[in-house]
Amino acid sequence: MTGPVLDIRDLSVNYRTEQGMLRALRNVNLQVQPGRIVGIVGESGCGKSTLISAIIRLLAPNAEIAGGSILWKGSDLLTLDAKAMRALRGKEISMVFQDPMSSLNPVLTIGRPSTDVQHRDSRSRQEKRARAIRMLERVDIPNPKEQLDRYPHHLSGGMRQRVAIAMALMTEPGLLIADEPTTALDATLEIQIIHRLQKLQRDFDCSILFISHHLGVIAELCEEVVVMYAGEVVESGPMRDVFSTPQHPYTRKLLECDPARIAEVSRHLPVISGQLPDLVDLPAGCVFCERCNQAIEKCRTERPIAGNGSHNAACHLVNS
Amino acid sequence: MNSAPGFFSETFGKLRSDPLGICGLVIVVMVLLSAIFASYLSPYDPLEVDVYDRLASPSWQHWLGTDQLGRDILSRVLHGGRIALKVSLVAISISLAAGLVLGMVAGFGPRWLDRILVVCFDTMRSFPTIMFALAIVVLTGPSLNTVIGIIIITSIPTYARIVRTQTQAVRDRDYILAERAMGASTARILRHHVLPNIAAPLLILASMDVPAVVGMEAGLSFLGLGVNPPTPSWGAILNDGYSYLRNSPWPIIAGGIPLILVTLGFTFLGESLRDIFDPKLRGKGGDSG
Repeated sequence: MTGPVLDIRDLSVNYRTEQGMLRALRNVNLQVQPGRIVGIVGESGCGKSTLISAIIRLLAPNAEIAGGSILWKGSDLLTLDAKAMRALRGKEISMVFQDPMSSLNPVLTIGRPSTDVQHRDSRSRQEKRARAIRMLERVDIPNPKEQLDRYPHHLSGGMRQRVAIAMALMTEPGLLIADEPTTALDATLEIQIIHRLQKLQRDFDCSILFISHHLGVIAELCEEVVVMYAGEVVESGPMRDVFSTPQHPYTRKLLECDPARIAEVSRHLPVISGQLPDLVDLPAGCVFCERCNQAIEKCRTERPIAGNGSHNAACHLVNS
Repeated sequence: MNSAPGFFSETFGKLRSDPLGICGLVIVVMVLLSAIFASYLSPYDPLEVDVYDRLASPSWQHWLGTDQLGRDILSRVLHGGRIALKVSLVAISISLAAGLVLGMVAGFGPRWLDRILVVCFDTMRSFPTIMFALAIVVLTGPSLNTVIGIIIITSIPTYARIVRTQTQAVRDRDYILAERAMGASTARILRHHVLPNIAAPLLILASMDVPAVVGMEAGLSFLGLGVNPPTPSWGAILNDGYSYLRNSPWPIIAGGIPLILVTLGFTFLGESLRDIFDPKLRGKGGDSG
């Protein structure tokens, strides 16, 4: 197998805030192999969104990349100029957003953006339209031809998200980034979309970077998992290994809190007590040690470094 | 703009259920037709002087009477409509286009550029229009082009500010971010995604601006700052009538009524269209999403 299509090394991103530098991402390492589905899981504020914004280089104006590299097929995205980066977006790296209600322009019919994303092709309008119809068919949209002339508000949430997926795949990208694409949908739709994504991934042979905080969805879809906490990758590895033998205490706690895994009916759902650390004023040691019930003295003073194998955890308990 | 099939017929269908809107539409169409076909509809040459028939009251020969030089007022009113609509059409479309570009640049561009442009807009808007017009006319002399120029310069900031606000409201929406993530350039986003979102309110604003511009042209002409005599303009007709008010009220009435009609017509139509396109009212008829 050739190298990874996307290889993020030691990526750090800071936000300038009034309180000081908010260190949103610190030394993040992440690889996406060709044709693989990688899931990123973590609670709100753990840096998932910052990470994908950094990949497509659409970070907020107050963000700065403090270090590291994002290699796309060997070339560093962080050194590309704006024009080259724009040429890459939508062509090689596509994106599906969380909320299908707001990610489609309400005053345009579905057909407009679906043909518009093909703006780099020198094909005729009819050909682009025909292609849009074929893509909508592939994401299970009934009567795609008629849907093209309808407005987003005529479609249901699930339909809109399928339209968004169709648009993202229209240019047959090498990597599809899906930012919680099923979070705004109900459970039955969620599983339909997941299966559809799996099929599309095989058909197009693209890689998918799937962001979610829903462990069940990650388990169903992904082959590899990256667990993020407070701007760091705390554990990464093949999905089965991470889910069956979690190494990092945070991953274990996260799995314990998954409602689908709770064996007995309880009035109180389990929680991970404590709060996220202050990202402006970071603790010296492990970011999770405040909430970890297995923390040892070393955890408070020294930052754990993840190993280099296939299943890694950034935890002193594992690596010592 | 919206290229949805049946967009115009749908709009027209909604318009038909609003009596004031239909009333406005009828007046607007009548005024437009009378201005376009002024040369065919006028019974006399608007510049033809007949000193033996001065300040005549309405009669079968002169439906609206004659002015102090014996010119047929109906013909002058019809030709005056042509001037009024020409001024408003030219001035509004140019200032709309310029305001659109400047407003989108301010709303979408970097913040420093936005600040500079807003200061410029506000400086322009802080001049009282009539004072500004007086100053310009002193420099250039009264003419139709001066009137158009003054109106353009004073309306650009108004349009630009509205476009800027609308652009800013759209700028941070998810679908704009989605477009960026799909590799669209800024120009492409502005043309294909921002413009359709702001076009409808802007066109309504422009239609409601017609009476203001017509009034401004009439006002400037009334003050002698507008079109040169003997060119027929509603303002000039009013001015002539004002001087001879003791002799005959008809020029004032004949010059005033079209102004009132234009104001009412475009305002009714504009308000009706605004109700149709208002995002808060829109979607009431269709399935909500």
